[in-house]
Amino acid sequence: MNKTAASGTFSVKASELTRRFGDLTAVDHVDLRVPYGEIFGLLGANGAGKSTLIKMLTTLLPPTSGNAEVGGFDIIRSPAQVRGRIGYVPQLLSADGALTGHENLLLSAKLYGLPRAQRSVRIGEALDFMGLADSAKKLVKTYSGGMVRRLELAQAMLHRPAILFLDEPTIGLDPMARHSVWDRLRDLRRDYGVTVLITTHDMEEAEALCHELAILHAGQVAVVGKPAELRAGLGASATMDDVFAHYAGGGIREGGNFSDAVQTRRTAQRLG
Amino acid sequence: MDRFLRESTAVAEVELIKLLRDPTEIFSRAVQPVLWLVVFGQVLAHVHGIYTGEVGYLAFITPGILAQSVLFSAIFYGIAVIWERDLGVVHKLLVSPARRISLVFGKAVSAGFRGLVQAAVIYLIAIVMHISIRHEPQAIFGVLAGVLLGSGLFSTFSLIIACIVKTRERFMGIGQLLTMPMFFASNAIYPLDLMPGWLRVVAQLNPLTYLVDALRGLMIVGGESVHDYGTDFAVLVAVFVVLLMVAVKLYPTLAE
Repeated sequence: MNKTAASGTFSVKASELTRRFGDLTAVDHVDLRVPYGEIFGLLGANGAGKSTLIKMLTTLLPPTSGNAEVGGFDIIRSPAQVRGRIGYVPQLLSADGALTGHENLLLSAKLYGLPRAQRSVRIGEALDFMGLADSAKKLVKTYSGGMVRRLELAQAMLHRPAILFLDEPTIGLDPMARHSVWDRLRDLRRDYGVTVLITTHDMEEAEALCHELAILHAGQVAVVGKPAELRAGLGASATMDDVFAHYAGGGIREGGNFSDAVQTRRTAQRLG
Repeated sequence: MDRFLRESTAVAEVELIKLLRDPTEIFSRAVQPVLWLVVFGQVLAHVHGIYTGEVGYLAFITPGILAQSVLFSAIFYGIAVIWERDLGVVHKLLVSPARRISLVFGKAVSAGFRGLVQAAVIYLIAIVMHISIRHEPQAIFGVLAGVLLGSGLFSTFSLIIACIVKTRERFMGIGQLLTMPMFFASNAIYPLDLMPGWLRVVAQLNPLTYLVDALRGLMIVGGESVHDYGTDFAVLVAVFVVLLMVAVKLYPTLAE
């Protein structure tokens, strides 16, 4: 059996990973390798399969066929081990507004089985790291959108996961808050060696933050590469928008359904 | 076991904090039992329309109304779960290594807090209305145990419905559809003997009947448990365990 260290250079290895919903194949035989310690971006139009892929990798959704190894553990056979090694920030706002920042973190600490003696130290560290120490005793519903996202990052990092999954981490945030989330992610990678896998629609985010990108189209991986390589592949003056339009099936065809739109707007509204 | 306790306590504790921080729900939930006892109960007691033996009608329905408030406050628990799903809280819980049974059981325990508040409210109304209630500690303890068990049972049932219907709109419809029949097809406000045969059969299959039966014996002076306490509690525990097992299977589908 592969243990964490033995999986070597890749934090995430998906092979032929597939998920069908009735007639729809949301994720279609995806092979994906996410190198250890990188910030890896998953791009694609609405409905391209990004969220479904993330849900499978985080063990929230069982695959129809294929498999993946996350942090050296099989997502189907050892979901509990996988869960212990990952952190996840859903696209939706998952922090509880009726609790304080500190209470949210304490809940995570307990659910992740942090020993009692370590809890307050870790929580204090996480709050400092995310710049939330002064607001720890305030109810989360009084936080700004950027603060909520940073709190969720703190929650996801509390147990020092090897891999962090973020579904559209900066959706609905203003530019300042967005940059501050990027900075925290870069710091996490540098200070803790965390591998970060994000989904995004935002080409600026893809280029500024990610070392490597995979563009999904209709449930399949259309292309994988470094942002600069992908641009260069389309000609000297190509932008990331061109890259996206080229591989994600054109910028005009709109994907996603009503419930996606509702969800995205609801998230944006709560952040705003 | 240690881990199970830690995880479920963590989930339940959070709910308790939230309940104490915003107790409006506690007050709004107290209105309905007051109406049933002060208005409905007093009128029906006055006309002596329903024969309840030695025990007066008002005393007879007091445990029934407690069971009803337990049912009503627990059955809409699924709404909160669907709300948590829409927010992403469910996803965050399920991606943690906490065992599913801890998460589901923790939710059931937190419904128990609301049930205990209901019990306090009903005891208070009973005292104000001079209904003779039993004061022995073991009787009160038994009532509280029944209330906890009933809250856990009905909230887990509600969680299962939430996992199946997944949207608030559908849940509201089904919640309404279930609560009233469960209440009327039970011994809460009239004895089983007065029911037509078919309804008595339905009532015997209704867990609420066993909760009411146990509470009736334990709560009021001269009250009688038709089944015995052992049967009542055994049925409630068995149903609760089965529902927990179903909920553990279904809860993860909320994040899919």
